[in-house]
Amino acid sequence: MCAPTHYDVRYEINPWMKIRNNIDSRKASAQWNELRRTLERLGARVETIPQRKGCPDMVFTANAGVVWGKNFAPSRFRYRERQKEEPAFIRYFKARGFRIRDVANGRFFEGEGDLLPYRDRLFGGFRFRSEVQAHENVAEAIGKRLVALELAQPRFYHLDTCFFPLDGRSALYFPGAFDRYGRRAIEEFVEDPIAVSPADARLFACNGLRIGNTVVLNRASASLKNQIARRGYAVVETPTSEFMKAGGSVKCLVLRL
Amino acid sequence: MTAPSKFSEVILLQGHIIDSLTFSKVLDRVMERGGRFTIQTIHVGQRKNERSRAVLKIEADSQPQLGELLKELRNLGAEILEKENATLARAPRDGVFPEGFYATTNLETWVRLNGNWLRTAREEMDSGIRITRGGRRAEPVRFADIRKGDLFVVGHQGVKVVPLERPREAAALFEFMQSDASTEKPKAAFIQQIARTMREIRARNGNVLVVGGPAVVHTGAHRDLEWLILNGWVQVLFAGNALATHDMEASLFGTSLGLSLKSGAVMHGGHEHHLRTINRIRRYGSIRAAVRGGLIKSGIMAACVKKNIPFVLAGSIRDDGPLPDVITDGLEAQRAMRRHLKGVDLALMIATTLHSVATGNLLPARVRTVCVDMNPSSVTKLSDRGTWQSLSLVTDVGYFLRELRTQLQRRPRG
Repeated sequence: MCAPTHYDVRYEINPWMKIRNNIDSRKASAQWNELRRTLERLGARVETIPQRKGCPDMVFTANAGVVWGKNFAPSRFRYRERQKEEPAFIRYFKARGFRIRDVANGRFFEGEGDLLPYRDRLFGGFRFRSEVQAHENVAEAIGKRLVALELAQPRFYHLDTCFFPLDGRSALYFPGAFDRYGRRAIEEFVEDPIAVSPADARLFACNGLRIGNTVVLNRASASLKNQIARRGYAVVETPTSEFMKAGGSVKCLVLRL
Repeated sequence: MTAPSKFSEVILLQGHIIDSLTFSKVLDRVMERGGRFTIQTIHVGQRKNERSRAVLKIEADSQPQLGELLKELRNLGAEILEKENATLARAPRDGVFPEGFYATTNLETWVRLNGNWLRTAREEMDSGIRITRGGRRAEPVRFADIRKGDLFVVGHQGVKVVPLERPREAAALFEFMQSDASTEKPKAAFIQQIARTMREIRARNGNVLVVGGPAVVHTGAHRDLEWLILNGWVQVLFAGNALATHDMEASLFGTSLGLSLKSGAVMHGGHEHHLRTINRIRRYGSIRAAVRGGLIKSGIMAACVKKNIPFVLAGSIRDDGPLPDVITDGLEAQRAMRRHLKGVDLALMIATTLHSVATGNLLPARVRTVCVDMNPSSVTKLSDRGTWQSLSLVTDVGYFLRELRTQLQRRPRG
């Protein structure tokens, strides 16, 4: 994770971002600390990277790249505003003994934001940020098959804003964020797909994390929480309103190591 | 070599394209957007992590449509396989193309540079294609305008030529009458169709060019052409020294080459009339000045000046005078004509061979041309020279212009 020491909205590269929405830094800090404590309480070990000045979105570490074993495939951000984050993350992983595998090969690739492992496959979202070819390359390096999903709504510009794999059977997804091919592919590969309402999707219900038997997310409707509970998971809500102003929530703030 | 006839590109799609339904999506996208595809090869991955691979040929009806389609398919992960750019070479000296230069047609032409298709700035046959602005502009250039070191396309690689679309209903005439020059055509019906075409062009603010020879005046049809110009049916005029001279001779003396236009009789001293005309205009300095000064009151040239219609008078070796407005440098005259061709939709070529051919050489194929002459060999010359969409009518120009005027004066039906 990356503590929000220089977090702000200073540019607009997705429909959530509005420069006029001022970020309350103290509130952002409090929300981030609360999320970190929640994850640690659930048994996760959290490592942190210091935020680089001039990289306000660096707090969204999920977009740094993808980690498998001791390998790190760094992102190549579509927007110049975020490209400055790349060297900081590469340095961080290098220093910790990871092998840097720059397999995106010049294609846009935004890490776990758009590429999520699910069972023996990788689900890759593309169009707004990442490119399919980058995902194909990463999938080849990891040795998994890729299910490429085209994203259809700018508000759900990263796959992790609309697709949340819970376990080998179930995944939350927001149907409106995909086209009919994407919906068909999800229904084909996910045994128990849980369709999320537009209201829940806008609350970033798909941008969550599962740790053990607990699902951590920003907020969800009672009915969605019920559906998750029926699959045997407790739901913990932790507010991320300050981060949603930049288009991110729980999942975006964390990169799985 | 025959140039590729359609807008097409070969793409490679590879990866887990079957699982993700990417393959079916690509095919659907192509069809939804009005394109066509041919599957050239397909290999479906058999083992767990084996990728599938498909090579498709994508076709569309226009370059922009193909471009849009490819942009879309590239987003879906397709790669373009054909990456052949045009080959360029520098002109060895002024006025000389590099060896093997690509010689243009009068059809829409595209050049592939740095992976993008670039359309030539205009269409002109018998030129080379010069590339400027760091590869962002392609233009047809003839010998006279070549400068040493200019970059030209050589060979046929990376050049596409688009054949003309079949004319639609409005231009049906140009389809069914596009045949050899013949005296057997139903002339009135033919002229009626031309009048209809001119109405359509006028309705969309298009331009009509008239290229005329002196027979227009000899036959007395200058009155009709004058009427066409004054009533806004003509936007540009190309001619030579003779047409302008005899037109103004008619205005000053009532004769054409000394013959009375009213009685047909030889006038006393008539053979000098055209020389006296030229002399007076030369004293005024220009046709425009002579019209504005009140010397020339009627006729084609007066109408052009009054209506501010641009005219280009190109000189020839047998000209008397010539009139001060005549451009005697052939290359200069070509340049002047080229400048006025922009926006021309229809070219009426009346009783002139050399000026018609010269104009035909400069016109893009999509501009319709109508060629009228007494002499069948004269009207076929244009189509022989490769000017497409050219219609010919073998008849007396006097009759043609009179009938055209009558048709245009009639209230359009419907």
